Amino acid sequence: MTILGVPTQALFGQLLIGLINGAFYALLSLGLSVIFGLLNIINFTHGAQYMMGAFVAYFLLQWAGLGYWWALLIAPVVVGITGIVLERTMLKRLYQLDHLYGLLLTFGFALIIQGLFRHEYGSSGLPYSMPRELAGGQNLGFMFLPNYRAWVIVFSLAVCLTTWYVIERTRLGSYLRAATENPALVQAFGINVPRMITLTYGFGVGLAALAGVLAAPIYQVNPLMGADLIIVVFAVVVIGGLGSIMGSIVTGFALGVVEGFTKVFYPEASNTVIFVIMALVLLVRPSGLFGRAS
Amino acid sequence: MPEPLLEVRDLHAWYGESHILHGVDFEIGPGEMVTLLGRNGAGKTTTLKSIMGIVGRRRGSIRFEGRELIDLPSNRIARLGLAFCPEERGIFASLTVEENLLLPPVVRPGGLGVDAIYGLFPNLRERLRAGGTTLSGGEQQMLAIGRILRTGARLLLLDEPTEGLAPVIVQQIGVTLRRLKSEGFTVLLVEQNFRFAATVADRHYVMEHGRVVDMIPNGELDANMNKLHDYLGV
Repeated sequence: MTILGVPTQALFGQLLIGLINGAFYALLSLGLSVIFGLLNIINFTHGAQYMMGAFVAYFLLQWAGLGYWWALLIAPVVVGITGIVLERTMLKRLYQLDHLYGLLLTFGFALIIQGLFRHEYGSSGLPYSMPRELAGGQNLGFMFLPNYRAWVIVFSLAVCLTTWYVIERTRLGSYLRAATENPALVQAFGINVPRMITLTYGFGVGLAALAGVLAAPIYQVNPLMGADLIIVVFAVVVIGGLGSIMGSIVTGFALGVVEGFTKVFYPEASNTVIFVIMALVLLVRPSGLFGRAS
Repeated sequence: MPEPLLEVRDLHAWYGESHILHGVDFEIGPGEMVTLLGRNGAGKTTTLKSIMGIVGRRRGSIRFEGRELIDLPSNRIARLGLAFCPEERGIFASLTVEENLLLPPVVRPGGLGVDAIYGLFPNLRERLRAGGTTLSGGEQQMLAIGRILRTGARLLLLDEPTEGLAPVIVQQIGVTLRRLKSEGFTVLLVEQNFRFAATVADRHYVMEHGRVVDMIPNGELDANMNKLHDYLGV
């Protein structure tokens, strides 16, 4: 069977790959958006923190014998705590300054962290096997769906939507949104805004680490895994509009799928299509598809 | 006069390099409604912000119920029972009317319930799901006052609540302030409109160049009208 001259098998295969990539784009750009909204900092360390999540999963298995499910729980907390230390000791000094300083500091950190891991573990990648419970797959008739990939899509979608719900529909989220607009007034109502900022950064970083654990069985554990991905994620964030929660989620998944289909219909453009879209969006709507014009 | 609820002594405040307050002194008794009058730039808003802890740097003494506030961050000050309604109202655009109303946490028992607040400002009840900044200016002002009545704060700092509002809404705010006074709230009010201030306040402090230069009891306002016109340049 074919659609537009392309075998459906190939089409659905690329759709699946697109959704997988989209799941990672969404998780990472969501974290970037949450952090930017409250801290006004463009967190260039995000890719390195995603990589650290995968490495923590690897270490837990090697050193403590703790498998994937434990890693899914522990790695975001551990990497989130390193983020909290970074925020308390350094980032908090930059809030009054131009975005550029935060970008430079976090970019420098990304280089240092990636350099250290590369020095220690090379750049060829360490294998990390998928959990036994998710081995195998389903034959859907029109395609074969590996269980682990289905899990990544469903789980990351659930995490994204939960995050959206908490931010847009709960009291804690209303503190967060209000502090994004006017932190001084929210603090004058009795809310400890500096602590909220610290925890928000820890949470955003934890999301990156969670994505890293999810990625480990698919892409292996590699010191440069984040460096490759983060450039695309920044393009996704620019397209969606920095600071928009639902925008990050929708744009992340949608661009993954667009990229997947491009591989089917015009493979030569599959690595650049996102950047072409970014350029077009910047021309037409500089604040992004879901961004509020500022 | 009984033990003051709020006692401000030799208060100095700075925004960056500019020295705005040059030793402000005044006090408010429990249950009093007191205004700060003065021309633009006299330091009225900065005085409120200094009490709340949201200026760059401050020095001197601010005692609330005998407790020193000068070194506390604003979230701790709010938790002691002070609440601030800023001149620009500070309604959050990304929050609904209801979320705006419920935003400030309750810091003490004894605040008004939401139903009592809807009783004071019936317009709000009909717009709960609307975005905060879709309200009219007057409704936003009611929301800004209403949301700090829930918290149980006993000292309310209101910065120009009548500014730019239609006379009928100014009247409604006047009714609200007298009602709050009768319920035992203590209010420090910054006002440009001293005719409005005269209808609600017990005493008036006059500020000039970052200092309090005079105090006029409301009962002696008429006798001091010439002096007041001089101060305010009206």
